[in-house]
Amino acid sequence: MGQETKVRTGARAVMEVLQAEGVELVFGYPGGAVLPLYHELAQTSIHHILVRQEQNAVHAASGYARTSGRTGVCFATSGPGATNLVTGIATAYMDSVPVVIFTGQVPTSMVGSDAFQETDITGITIPITKHNYLVKDVEELPRIVKEAFYIASTGRPGPVLVDIPKDVALAPCQAPIPEKVELRGYKPTYHGHPGQLRALARLLKESRRPLLFAGGGVIASGAEGYLQELAEKIQAPVATSLTGLGAFPEDTPLSLGMVGLHGKPCANHAVMECDLLVGLGVRFDDRVTGAIEKFAPRARIAHVDIDPAEIGKNVRVDLPLVGDISCVLKELLALVEPAEHPEWLERIKILRNNYPLTYGRGGEVRPQWVIERLGEMTRGRAIIATDVGQHQMWAALFYGYTEPRTFISSCGLGTMGYGLPAAIGAALARPDRQVWLITGDGSLQMSMAELGTAIEQGISLKVLLFNNQSLAMVRQLQHFYYEGRYTAIKFTGNPDFVRLAECYGATGLRIAKQEEVVPALARAMQEDGITLIECLISEEEMVYPMVLNGAALNEMLLPE
Amino acid sequence: MDTVFGIPGGAVLPLYHELAASGIRHILTRHEQAAAHAAEGYARATGRPGVCIATSGPGATNLVTGIADAYMDSIPIVAITGQVGVAMIGHDSFQEADITGITLPITKANYLVKNIRDLAATIHEAFYVATTGRPGPVLVDIPKDITTQRAAFHYPPKLRLPGYRSRVEPHALQVAQAAAAILAAEKPLLFIGGGVITSGAHEEVRQLAEEQDIPVIMSMMGKGAFPETHPLFIGMVGMHGTVAANYAVCETDLIIGVGVRFDDRVTGKIEAFAPRAKIIHIDIDAAEIGKVVPAHIPIVADARQALQAILARLPEKKEHPAWRQKIKVWQDEHPLRYDECGLKPQYVIEELYRLTEGRAVIATDVGQHQMWAVQYYPVERPRSFLSSCGLGTMGFGVPAAMGAAIARPGETVVAITGDGSFQMNIQELATLSHYRIPVKIILLNNGYLGMVRQWQEFFFERRYAYSEMGGNPDFVKVAEAYRLPARRVTTREEVVPALEEALATDGPYLVEALIDREENVFPMVPPGGTLNKMVTGGRQ
Amino acid sequence: MKRTLSVLVENRPGVLTRVAGLFSRRGYNIDSLAVGRTENPTISRMTIVVDGDEQIIEQVCKQLNKLIDVIKLSDITDDPHVGRELMLIKVNADPAVRGEIMQIVDIFRARIVDIARNSLIIEATGDADKIDALENSLRPFGIREVVRTGKIAMLRGAKTKGMEASGDGTGD
Repeated sequence: MGQETKVRTGARAVMEVLQAEGVELVFGYPGGAVLPLYHELAQTSIHHILVRQEQNAVHAASGYARTSGRTGVCFATSGPGATNLVTGIATAYMDSVPVVIFTGQVPTSMVGSDAFQETDITGITIPITKHNYLVKDVEELPRIVKEAFYIASTGRPGPVLVDIPKDVALAPCQAPIPEKVELRGYKPTYHGHPGQLRALARLLKESRRPLLFAGGGVIASGAEGYLQELAEKIQAPVATSLTGLGAFPEDTPLSLGMVGLHGKPCANHAVMECDLLVGLGVRFDDRVTGAIEKFAPRARIAHVDIDPAEIGKNVRVDLPLVGDISCVLKELLALVEPAEHPEWLERIKILRNNYPLTYGRGGEVRPQWVIERLGEMTRGRAIIATDVGQHQMWAALFYGYTEPRTFISSCGLGTMGYGLPAAIGAALARPDRQVWLITGDGSLQMSMAELGTAIEQGISLKVLLFNNQSLAMVRQLQHFYYEGRYTAIKFTGNPDFVRLAECYGATGLRIAKQEEVVPALARAMQEDGITLIECLISEEEMVYPMVLNGAALNEMLLPE
Repeated sequence: MDTVFGIPGGAVLPLYHELAASGIRHILTRHEQAAAHAAEGYARATGRPGVCIATSGPGATNLVTGIADAYMDSIPIVAITGQVGVAMIGHDSFQEADITGITLPITKANYLVKNIRDLAATIHEAFYVATTGRPGPVLVDIPKDITTQRAAFHYPPKLRLPGYRSRVEPHALQVAQAAAAILAAEKPLLFIGGGVITSGAHEEVRQLAEEQDIPVIMSMMGKGAFPETHPLFIGMVGMHGTVAANYAVCETDLIIGVGVRFDDRVTGKIEAFAPRAKIIHIDIDAAEIGKVVPAHIPIVADARQALQAILARLPEKKEHPAWRQKIKVWQDEHPLRYDECGLKPQYVIEELYRLTEGRAVIATDVGQHQMWAVQYYPVERPRSFLSSCGLGTMGFGVPAAMGAAIARPGETVVAITGDGSFQMNIQELATLSHYRIPVKIILLNNGYLGMVRQWQEFFFERRYAYSEMGGNPDFVKVAEAYRLPARRVTTREEVVPALEEALATDGPYLVEALIDREENVFPMVPPGGTLNKMVTGGRQ
Repeated sequence: MKRTLSVLVENRPGVLTRVAGLFSRRGYNIDSLAVGRTENPTISRMTIVVDGDEQIIEQVCKQLNKLIDVIKLSDITDDPHVGRELMLIKVNADPAVRGEIMQIVDIFRARIVDIARNSLIIEATGDADKIDALENSLRPFGIREVVRTGKIAMLRGAKTKGMEASGDGTGD
């Protein structure tokens, strides 16, 4: 590619880059300004998935990217098409997901004149993209599109937006696709600094109570194998952040599970008791640390991340190490000696026994119990997409993830409505896998129209809907922080979700009793197509453990 | 302020805590975007500011399209968003988004409140800025810890805004020039837009038109600013305007543009727009004047004040019989028409017009049905046609109708929508069901993104790339799943009984019409084309 | 703590917005920002004076470095450098006090660049302290208007803060 220069339209040139990048599918929604791209897209072998609202095109691309490890792509038109993407882009940005977004724009001569369906989408998305472009010269288009893919997928991944005015897409383009990307302002650091690596090896050797804390960066760099090797070699327990679920198999003795405000008790206690905490591809988000001044009080903290700006942003760091987690762990493994920490592992065992994960009070059907059964029945090997709310936390705590890229959730931005489109993207990325969406009635309604997309695409998807007729996570906050004054959380106009599923041609099942749970799950696992299981649960269910504002991670509220 | 639309979430809970105690009505929508559109619908239907509330992060970003929509159509809404605590801003905290940065290009003003002492004054200023001058959306972002602090209530009686001038008096010399130009014109044309409705200048427009015998054309935003059944009315101008209106623009010697922005959908090819005309451009926003077309007589002022000043200088009445006659011939030769076989969307709207006697409040979505609604549902009163004109936002219709129905109880409110648009905010059926908001939904279903398909038919070699909506649900059953009455019509004969039932039923109702799938919107001026070169459909 | 950052950026539209937006978004305080193109027309240099504690300055630098259009960033506060700012100041100047003003102008090695009946415009360059001192000295006469450019800076000696220090990022 790129040797001979032939004249084709800008839109055609975009397709050439997409094909060169190996793009196999695009999520989108056509409209006036982006029609030139669609016109050419239809001439390629790239599969297009027509969503029902542009926001879900980004979410689906993000679900695809997270599941497959490849860059997700979406198309939208100018104006409302572009602004509808904003939440999806912000969601991908917060969770460092590689997505390239193409938006149509009004012709260059009209840019800035408040033309029909004109919006300054590059201005709007500056705070929520890794980078963005407004293409004004068609000869720059092949280079920019190639750069967009490069930037989105390298270093710390993230969304990149390319805004293409209609006349630019239609203009003749002579420029070839460049062979290489050359960006003088962008050069991620992959390899760890040798001195810092040696220092980390020394810290690990000195430590008697080491704790590895794995985040989304481990999964993004494909470092799960090295992580497992390291944990076993030095006999260190591993905790994860929400995005890190799946980075370390939860069915192994060294696994502690998720840390944080709703973290597992033994993981939270381990953070408070460890003498060395090695953060791997984590951001030490406020939902992880609790009261920052009380976080890991006895520990020295080492922080490995590809993004230097993350190191020292939230917690004090004793040993910073910039680099790609895979490279760093591989280099580190060569430097560390095998070690044993029998006392520490014994202590972990005691913590695990003293603080088991329990449910607390609830109704007839317990969502935690349902998710545990699902975990058993799928042996922790299904791909689980979630929405945001209580069910997200139950899915994080009770499923038991064993592989990376199997927990697909909006962790940083906490976007309700993410689940269904992300699950569709996941199902398209991994048709060989069972994909489950765990959702709630508030979240599902935010992107429910995508059931039509799922049906149209003929994918197989199972939806586990916990219906408590309310925004129950908000209710939980109002219970603890606002004197139990429950405001604006009751959904009295909820549809009959089973009938609704049937309107779209899906199978709908309703569960109101515990004995119905296992048969329903088993039936859904058998069915092709879309199956929705609605579980009626009590709005009084709470997510436990819960660390209140200002408390340390080991000061958890637990059910009586 | 009596009603707010929103969805609670962590960072905005302190506000909700107090809202519950305030007596202000809260409408819980199912997606924040719908809250913004509902606030717009409320504002468009009343002229009072609409208010929406959302939490930080995704709640705030979900408002973006609604805010951009209000910005393009100059609608006064105030969006209040929760934000993470001040100390956590900039740390990529949970549910943190830089919403003031994001909305910079799409708000008239926005504020991040960092001090409790500024809060009351900022809210006051937000409402003032949103509603005065050229109205528009204003966003106030309030960190969680600001709303939980206590402060003496400090509501300043007078705002200090040295950089903001909302009222401008019309310049006397320009008013005199305008009056002289009107007296001198032989083929004058009044071109009215949303600014007429905003400033309440519809009576003055009517007086000017009638006394000086000036025919009237409108932009889509101007729909309702002049009675469409009036003999002086010619129709909407532009890409899907009437033939007579577009011809008139090409012939006129004076355009009196009032509260319009000469959008590209109106002008077509700019060099060929109104080639023989002098242009008087009246607008409160000085930046609009001369932005697209050069104005010979610019008047920066509130439309009503400017028209009153001009009227005061036009003592005698005038008539333009030859000009009127010419227009009448065009109107007679090129009426709006459609082929009457099969179930046509135009027919459904015509019957709706007949059954509601033209007195319903109409909210539309975006697409072909929007243009058919403009063409076949003439309205008489301002604020009775609500549509996303500048941004062209699919998904606007149903939530906007909700806002309008809440703002104007007792009136018939109809949302005219298409299958593509409807699905963008279909979850709002739950809000309709929850509060029994009496919105009648007319869904014109052709199984396509019809406007996209039409463009592909005309400009992209009939290659219908991804404009067909596979996987559409059974919409009647969907409505029923929400406990809403609904009915499907597939033939012409079924239309009237279904509409009658919808209008006679208390509360919300959905009528789905399976319309001719490849019906087109005519007339049509190809984008960038000249207004008098229209495609007027196959069968003439 | 005030720090002076010298930042090489791509000379493209929107770069200033990206940098300014970063400061507001993350809640950093910008004291001054001066920007103009360098000896290479595709590259601009920003001199940013920013105020904050060590942790904030570290974040400012790291976050700026993340912007794709930022080619190289150096904190030159502690390196020997020449820092200059340009000020134009319009002061009341009745003929009776002109002589006195001209003396002050001479002391500060500033220049008078415009004379009207009752006022003067004075142009001054120097570091911030000098500019502040001049402004204070003129205040008793009545200042009508002040325009300042913000600081620009260059390293002393043969050292430069140019491109050669940073590698070109390349990919496949």
